[in-house]
Amino acid sequence: MSESMGVKTLIIDGQELSARAGQTILEVARENEINIPTLCHLEGLSNVGACRLCLVEIKGSNKLLPACVANIHEGMEVVTNSERLKKHRLVILELLFAERNHICAVCVSNGHCELQALAQELGLTHISLPYRNPALTVDASHERFTADHNRCILCMRCVRACAEIEGAHIWDVMGRGIDSIVITDLHDDWGSSACTRCGKCVQCCPTGALFDKSKIGSDHPKYPDFLPYLNLMREAR
Amino acid sequence: MSKLKVATVWLDGCSGCHMSFLDMDERLLKLAELIDIVYSPIVDAKVFPDEVDIALVEGAIASVDDEAKIKKVRAHSKMLIAMGDCAVAGNVPSMRNPIGPEKILDRAYIENASAQQQIPCVVVPKLLKIVRPIHEFVNVDVFLPGCPPSADTFYTALTALVTGAPLDISALTRFGA
Amino acid sequence: MSQGADRLREALEKAAGASDKNVLVRRTGCMGPCSSGPLVRVDPEEHLYHHVKADNADAIVASLGGPPVPELQCDLNDHFDRQVRVVLENAGYIDPEKIDDYIGRDGYKALLTALTEMTPNGVIHRITESGLRGRGGGGYPTGLKWGTVAKASGELKYVVCNGDEGDPGAFMDRSVMEGDPHRVIEGMAIAAYAVGASKGFIYVRAEYPVAVSRLTTAIREARRRGLLGNGICNTPFNFDVEIRLGAGAFVCGEETALLASVEGRRGTPRTRPPYPAVSGLFGKPTLLNNVETYANIAPIVRNGGKWFANMGSERSKGTKVFALTGKIANTGLVEVPMGIKLREIIEVIGGGVPGGHTFKAVQTGGPSGGCIPAEMLDLGVSYDALMAVGSIMGSGGMIVMDDTSCMVNVAKFFVEFCMTESCGKCIPCRAGTAQMFTLLTRICDGKGTMDDLDLLISLCETIKETSLCGLGMTAPNPVLSTIKYFRNEYIEHIVHKRCPAGVCNIEAPVAVSAEVLA
Repeated sequence: MSESMGVKTLIIDGQELSARAGQTILEVARENEINIPTLCHLEGLSNVGACRLCLVEIKGSNKLLPACVANIHEGMEVVTNSERLKKHRLVILELLFAERNHICAVCVSNGHCELQALAQELGLTHISLPYRNPALTVDASHERFTADHNRCILCMRCVRACAEIEGAHIWDVMGRGIDSIVITDLHDDWGSSACTRCGKCVQCCPTGALFDKSKIGSDHPKYPDFLPYLNLMREAR
Repeated sequence: MSKLKVATVWLDGCSGCHMSFLDMDERLLKLAELIDIVYSPIVDAKVFPDEVDIALVEGAIASVDDEAKIKKVRAHSKMLIAMGDCAVAGNVPSMRNPIGPEKILDRAYIENASAQQQIPCVVVPKLLKIVRPIHEFVNVDVFLPGCPPSADTFYTALTALVTGAPLDISALTRFGA
Repeated sequence: MSQGADRLREALEKAAGASDKNVLVRRTGCMGPCSSGPLVRVDPEEHLYHHVKADNADAIVASLGGPPVPELQCDLNDHFDRQVRVVLENAGYIDPEKIDDYIGRDGYKALLTALTEMTPNGVIHRITESGLRGRGGGGYPTGLKWGTVAKASGELKYVVCNGDEGDPGAFMDRSVMEGDPHRVIEGMAIAAYAVGASKGFIYVRAEYPVAVSRLTTAIREARRRGLLGNGICNTPFNFDVEIRLGAGAFVCGEETALLASVEGRRGTPRTRPPYPAVSGLFGKPTLLNNVETYANIAPIVRNGGKWFANMGSERSKGTKVFALTGKIANTGLVEVPMGIKLREIIEVIGGGVPGGHTFKAVQTGGPSGGCIPAEMLDLGVSYDALMAVGSIMGSGGMIVMDDTSCMVNVAKFFVEFCMTESCGKCIPCRAGTAQMFTLLTRICDGKGTMDDLDLLISLCETIKETSLCGLGMTAPNPVLSTIKYFRNEYIEHIVHKRCPAGVCNIEAPVAVSAEVLA
């Protein structure tokens, strides 16, 4: 947050808005009920600007900025929903669906999945890119939870939740590029890792990649809303 | 106005989409005022007609049979609709892709067979290496995702397509719906 | 070293020892023309011998004082005459492990001048005046960057040198670090004085063991002479340098990923702002420049900004080192003034395409640069001109292709490199490069369709505009530029199922003919 709490004015999608200095474009947009799609962003966790779905156009610049990390400034003119942005967002979603084996029909998160919901929201009805069909593992070694890498979109929310909120940092990333996977400890089984069994990562996971073994079928809504409250209570202490 | 000729085709899928299609129940009668079903697993026609206005295809392309069929359907249909997640995205049939057809056949016909362990070479068509959605083989005009798309989805979408009314598919259905 | 140079040196030393002539055998850094190596230069006559073997040592020593050995003499006049050497001015003249050799050629004079006669602002002004732009590829004005770091608030600031040269076929920075390591250290020290830093890091990939060992020696020697450490040259200025080894990840050449790696974290880039100049290494203001940028500093301080600005083109000043590789006669390092025509680099300095083949394209800027066709050879080399034709300056790789190269296959090769080197953080780069590779493989295998080509172009546009860092943003360049300039080769693969260059192995298609729809 910026030191000065001055008020700035800006325009988002034609609406003249006022905001506090130091706020991000995404914060201001959401306060004013302007919807910008996000996947890696989760309120209560740090922002990494990695999914690129929240990219917005800034008048006077050809560069697209991630709304979750880009701060507002006085007189800024933001466009969140141009044809160019819509096209890019669809391609990014397609890339995710084609990257691993997302079979909605048999997924524990069917109906509660952020990826699935975004596809519907943005009007993605099919994937024109070739499916990659990678052979990936499912780690069911944990007594309470399962990690299905077929459904992971590498948003790193689990990594951040575990490191930043739980303070355990058992999740991290292994490998590079298309071969990246999230791992527990030094690529040990989740069940034998130093996991504290808090389940924060599961609640943060936007898809069915991390899920609770006690839930079956599509009866697995997730509730990551506790994060900002937890942060607030910790700050107040 | 003469009725539109509609065909439904069943490739590598579970027939759930056809079941859901039938779930339109009494609304099928209303639809019948607008369309004729000229070819379908649920009617008696044995040969795909030369000219079809709308073809609804359920299922992914998993075998050489499927591939030949979809090409024929495309050649004889004015509009081709991918019906359900298997046709649209591969869905459950495509779950064998990371494993490969040899292992799957082995599992089904050798490992789990108590008698006559052999992989059939007649009647069962040769499997393709990778199960793929139909748009990877032919041009698809409309995608109706869902597993299966609901009867409401079918009714709204078909009525809109037949009458030319605007159609917002994402408002009706989604992957896995 | 390479091509038996070590054995040659031993043989020369032995021959010199046996001879009654007064001969001094010196090892030097890379002289440039790799394809002619090992090279031996006889001074003061400046006779240059190429492809010298240990067996030739006696003949060379015997000829000293008389006429040169004719069968070893090489004619590289065209190669050398058109070059202007600033960064490589000491290449071939000094022993990189001897600080006195460097000092003997005006080494550390610029540092002394800066510390004793100039203010930090004066140094920045001189660099700004020179018009020097970042040699790592981005082309950001160096003076401006220094000014930003100098103005950034904070007691502790860092100076970091990017020696993570990761482009396949590029070895400019390696050659500078191996051949003239003190030049880099001097540049960093001057930079540290200018921006107010006291600590520097050189990030070198561990695959450059010679560079690492020579830099280590150089740092030790410089400390001994009081050119690093506390109270440098009897002034209050303190500065020291540490080496950090990289594990050879291409993405660690990206500044924020490099800094993460120096800090000991996973080398992935982050979004900017904040820029490293404001919040960099360990959250402190950090000046990050490339090896070649630092190598330009001492001559600029010595000779003045105007001297440097007089070389080069309007918006790209000075010289640039290129690593010429591929289908070209004189492979190796060349240093040319900015603005020089590509044709001159390739046909004159590079000696053209060998073996009776014809030139097809040159790729500049490493794996994420574009391929420039023969029609554009009269292009003057500058940051902006290369950008305008869909390529980039990059760090200075230049790969020449002839009629035996398949441009679709070339694009596939570079995309595969970017795919395996993507860090995996952002989706467009991680999954997008993999999809580009799949589509290009399909086309190369003769299984592509025109729809695939459209899909590929659309995908490239999204990757270019939405990727988090430069790796992803530029990864589509080889694809887009080859589609733009060599579209017919793509069409040949897709429509006629043939590879014009005969590189891709296209199988005859198998017809599916079964009439099965009952």
